[in-house]
Amino acid sequence: MAIIANLPPRPGVGFKPAHFRDIIAAPQPIGFFEVHAENYMGAGGPPHAQLAALRERYALSVHGVGLSIGSMAPLDGGHLARLKILCDRYEPESFSEHLAWSSHDGVYFHDLLPLPYTPQTLTRVAEHIDEVQTALGREMLLENPSTYVCLTESTIPEVDFLGEVSKRTGCGLLLDVNNVFVSAKNHRLEPLSYLESFPIDRVKEIHLGGHDEEVDDNGAPLLIDSHGSPIANAVWALYAQVVARAGAIPTLIEWDNNVPDWRTLCGEAITAHDILADASRASAA
Amino acid sequence: MSASFETSFARALLDTARPIPSGITAHNAAIPTGRFAVYRNNVVVGLVNALRSRFPVVEKIVGEEFFAGMARVFVLERPPGTPLLATYGDEFAAFIATFDPARELVYLADVARLEAARTRAYHAADAMPFGVAEFAALDASAVGGIRIDLHPSVEIVRSPHPIVTIWAMNSGERDLAPIENWHGEDALAVRPYLDVDVRLLPPGGAVFLLALAGAKPLGEAAAAALADHPEFDLSRSLAGLICSGLVCGICGW
Repeated sequence: MAIIANLPPRPGVGFKPAHFRDIIAAPQPIGFFEVHAENYMGAGGPPHAQLAALRERYALSVHGVGLSIGSMAPLDGGHLARLKILCDRYEPESFSEHLAWSSHDGVYFHDLLPLPYTPQTLTRVAEHIDEVQTALGREMLLENPSTYVCLTESTIPEVDFLGEVSKRTGCGLLLDVNNVFVSAKNHRLEPLSYLESFPIDRVKEIHLGGHDEEVDDNGAPLLIDSHGSPIANAVWALYAQVVARAGAIPTLIEWDNNVPDWRTLCGEAITAHDILADASRASAA
Repeated sequence: MSASFETSFARALLDTARPIPSGITAHNAAIPTGRFAVYRNNVVVGLVNALRSRFPVVEKIVGEEFFAGMARVFVLERPPGTPLLATYGDEFAAFIATFDPARELVYLADVARLEAARTRAYHAADAMPFGVAEFAALDASAVGGIRIDLHPSVEIVRSPHPIVTIWAMNSGERDLAPIENWHGEDALAVRPYLDVDVRLLPPGGAVFLLALAGAKPLGEAAAAALADHPEFDLSRSLAGLICSGLVCGICGW
């Protein structure tokens, strides 16, 4: 029987080693911590010592960035085996990965690259997710990407693609609200209509992060999913609408670059907490 | 076919001279070169940053701009093969040794080797070092035949340049000052507990440790070290081994 994702429906924070001392010094108002799987694949040392200490105190989400699930080539069996070792060792409440590819022909690009949404790629992604869930013996969550270009090959809307993958494989979904906002703005679409058609009943975690605002060659807005700044007000507003509709969902604050001090990061989690509390009160009323 | 889409996308990421792959558009452009450049930039900047975090002293020595340029050439020539970026850059030192614009900094490649060794020690397997009491129990007459298991994090870097001094001055461990007596230094990087120590090995120390790492008995390792350098001091080196937490097991006694 596969282990089902069960993070607490509270705010979580992406763990940064720079915050370790602050986090351990006192209990924090944090429901869970999330780590990038690839940072904990060494044999030993401080990364494992810190992760073990966090695991003892908090729920844990392991978030992969390198499995390349959206690639047409077979999954890297060696990498999948490393993920299994990590999940078996720390028994996280959740494991998640991206609807994207990051490796091709033996090269790892360290970026989440877009794939066309077609019946063929849908079959391939579903096969990969089956393989991951079988190997890990647990449900995985699949995250919607942020994108900067359109792919003419695509024939299936992203929300339908994610919904169908979830239906076929039983995987949960990770809804990144910042990614929704970034992609919608980049493709001149309406983020709310994307969210309204998103299969929200399959969502077991939400991500919130900051983005940068740039412009493209033609002067149109181009938002970059940079995780290096506070969460934008527009993204908070979308998030409030999602949880008002769906109820409390585990919600991660992602801040990976220009990492602020722990107090500032914790402040973002407290904002999420307040929005979640409003949503819970509304649904209880 | 999406496999060919992925192939052409992947090729264009690392080869900026290539036009962007067909099948990529935007709401306001048939060929959105600037938008595709976001992906190109993410890949190169992300991998350069991975090298920057692994080689901070090399960056300090050459400066941010030079480092970014050098790292960029390396990234495009030798992108990583796996998502384990903690090991990316094991070949960076060898690349630096052949990187013409850095050829006047003859020591730079060896400093990079030391930094690479340092991160390997950081991520190496954990093991509990032997305490002094366990050595006190050794039979002194049989000591030449014992074999010593070194801590899994032990890394040795030998250089004809003063790399330990240069590393210490550029990592904030020592004040920057002119190096008047330019000579080779052998470095030890080891992480007995949670912190990585970088130390200057005494004369013969590197040969001694390398022999022990090669499972040579203590007596043989000491002889090799003495042959390497007449000033090799066995009792001082043994004390150093024990006090620095380098010994995790002893067998053959």
